[in-house]
Amino acid sequence: MNDAIAIDAKGLTKRFGSLTAVDDVKLQIPEAAIYGFLGPNGSGKSTTIRMLCGLLTPSAGEVEVLGFRVPGQAEEVKLHIGYMTQKFSLYEDLTVEENLRFLAAVYDLPRSDLKQRIDRALEQYWLTEQRKQFAGTMSGGQKQRLALAGATLHRPRLLILDEPTSAVDPQSRRDFWDILFELVEQGTTVLVSTHYMDEAERCHNLAILDRGRLVAEGRPRDLVRDIAAGVVEIETDSPKQARERLEATEGVHSVAQLGTRLHALTDKTIADPAELIRQALKDADIDSEVENVVANLEDVFVAATRLNDQEGSRADAA
Amino acid sequence: MLRRLLAIAGKEVRQLKRDRLTFGMIIGVPLLQILLFGYAIDLDVRNVNAAVADHANTSLSRQVVAAAEASQIVTVTRSAAGPEALEALLDAGEIDAGIYIPHDFERRLIDADRPAGQLLINGSDPTVEGIVRRLSSMPLPGQQQPSKLFEARTYYNPEGRSPVNIVPALIGVILHLTMVLFTAIAIVRERERGNLELLITTPVKSAELMLGKIIPYVLIGLIQVSLILWVSQALFQVPIRGNIIDLYLASVVFILAALALGLLVSTLAKTQFQATQLTIFTFLPSILLSGFMFPFEGMPRIAQWIGEIIPLTHFVRLSRGILVRGADLGELHTEVWPLLAFFGVFLVLATLRFNKRLD
Ligand SMILES: Nc1ncnc2c1ncn2[C@@H]1O[C@H](COP(=O)(O)OP(=O)(O)O)[C@@H](O)[C@H]1O
Ligand SMILES: [Mg+2]
Repeated sequence: MNDAIAIDAKGLTKRFGSLTAVDDVKLQIPEAAIYGFLGPNGSGKSTTIRMLCGLLTPSAGEVEVLGFRVPGQAEEVKLHIGYMTQKFSLYEDLTVEENLRFLAAVYDLPRSDLKQRIDRALEQYWLTEQRKQFAGTMSGGQKQRLALAGATLHRPRLLILDEPTSAVDPQSRRDFWDILFELVEQGTTVLVSTHYMDEAERCHNLAILDRGRLVAEGRPRDLVRDIAAGVVEIETDSPKQARERLEATEGVHSVAQLGTRLHALTDKTIADPAELIRQALKDADIDSEVENVVANLEDVFVAATRLNDQEGSRADAA
Repeated sequence: MLRRLLAIAGKEVRQLKRDRLTFGMIIGVPLLQILLFGYAIDLDVRNVNAAVADHANTSLSRQVVAAAEASQIVTVTRSAAGPEALEALLDAGEIDAGIYIPHDFERRLIDADRPAGQLLINGSDPTVEGIVRRLSSMPLPGQQQPSKLFEARTYYNPEGRSPVNIVPALIGVILHLTMVLFTAIAIVRERERGNLELLITTPVKSAELMLGKIIPYVLIGLIQVSLILWVSQALFQVPIRGNIIDLYLASVVFILAALALGLLVSTLAKTQFQATQLTIFTFLPSILLSGFMFPFEGMPRIAQWIGEIIPLTHFVRLSRGILVRGADLGELHTEVWPLLAFFGVFLVLATLRFNKRLD
């Protein structure tokens, strides 16, 4: 890893009519690392990515990708980007090999080692047996590997992946991430969007997007450490009542269910959050086990979006 | 540059081969249209009312009249005193065809250079005109070879439209419909399926994409032309009087114009449905104002101006000129330039509108 910047964006904004899909986003994406966009559907991940690729013109803001200004020099950038769209976008009525050959011609890759290059890609992405299969008839995981093979065939310096694992089983997801780490090791910069927490955790850097705004940014570890709230884990047999009770408790910002447990976020000024919760539940005669815990990314996400809510409503009131 | 172009064209052909429905349409649309038009032309016209003025009144002249009737093309409903009387009957709408056999009919038959009699035809219905005209070279009774039996004189339709005129125009109509539709859909389909989002993040240039998409359809268009010509010759005896190479060249130019229009349509439409609708929208004025449906000379001035912009207008003139009148492309060059200009302008417009962005 080094300090060079692959993507530098300031004030990046995209409006569709009255909707602001991306709102004043500032990004500094370092080279040779995995940078993640985490956010729910509609938070503006795809729109941001499309602006970075030069596919959409920003309503405002400045973007520099690999030293080229976008959209002005978008055509030059395109030689160095590999882009995997959210929806499978290779040709379903062409075979795996035909798709790759087509891309090779489009990128004008040298003909001399074309066969080896394609063979190697097929091998690397476990597609050798599917060589003659129509892309449209493959499984979600196979399609995803084909898309990645296509996006990396020209050995791009920057790989942009828009929710690459949304149609894929857990094992394929793990395999997929192994490949990403290999690519990063070889010096590729990877930008990946996701709404899975476990994937977000594996990124070197993370940006959390919520309704078009960048609400938190940093290394996952730092984000978890610096969370601006107390985090309390509650185990109880009556989670519904506990939740209602806590939501009405002064100093508790939010309560979310994580599996069988509840996570409560409390105001950061409270010295012993667990004590506050324990007391509140005891008052309501709810049996529970309560302890202060280290935050996870989900907590970070909830805390960040809650802050965004408050700012939003403050802005609405003004 | 060339490599990308060929890659796109090659991919297009592959996809087309696998798309049974579209592939079927390439063959099916021309076949259906030519058969519909062709048989409508052929079957509707039977037993046209005719009158005979037989001044020769020999056994041969009576046999000729009987043979004309036996062909079922005409039914002799009356006889007339002479050519003037035949004209009067045509004028009155009593008959659509008149057969005049002069008194020296048999002597004139020996003189191979000159027609022996006259065939007067109501040309206001091109269908009728074309069918009745066949009698003018009917073989003599007991012979096989076509003869120079009658000189055909067409009334009421000086420019002499006939089914022979419809088929050449029909080539253009079919090409316009299929070419505009196929290209428009070929691009919109990529947009709808999401392929375009990937394609425009590659270094492929707009012009390469546009031209690569066009090339396969030029070839398909030429296949369609061949099919139409073959069917119309085999089934409807439409002549090819001019040079067939000229016709193919004219077709290529017209196909390019139609394809450029299709590309522009594709940049306007968001869905395949919209692309189809827009194509029909461009198709109607082409049919109505090109001289295919109504004689160009009869149209109001402003309609003629619009007609001059429409590619089909020029192609109809080209193909009628080449197929019917036997003209060569050199004589018709004034119809070629507008098509090339149309192609250039619309290709540039489409390429500019298609700016490799999603917004
Ligand atoms: N072309 C478009 N026209 C209008 N609205 C759009 C367009 N693309 C995206 N949006 C809207 O912008 C918002 C962000 O969308 P998107 O970037 O796709 O989010 P994500 O990828 O995070 O799910 C959504 O509300 C979406 O409806
Ligand atoms: Mg998205």
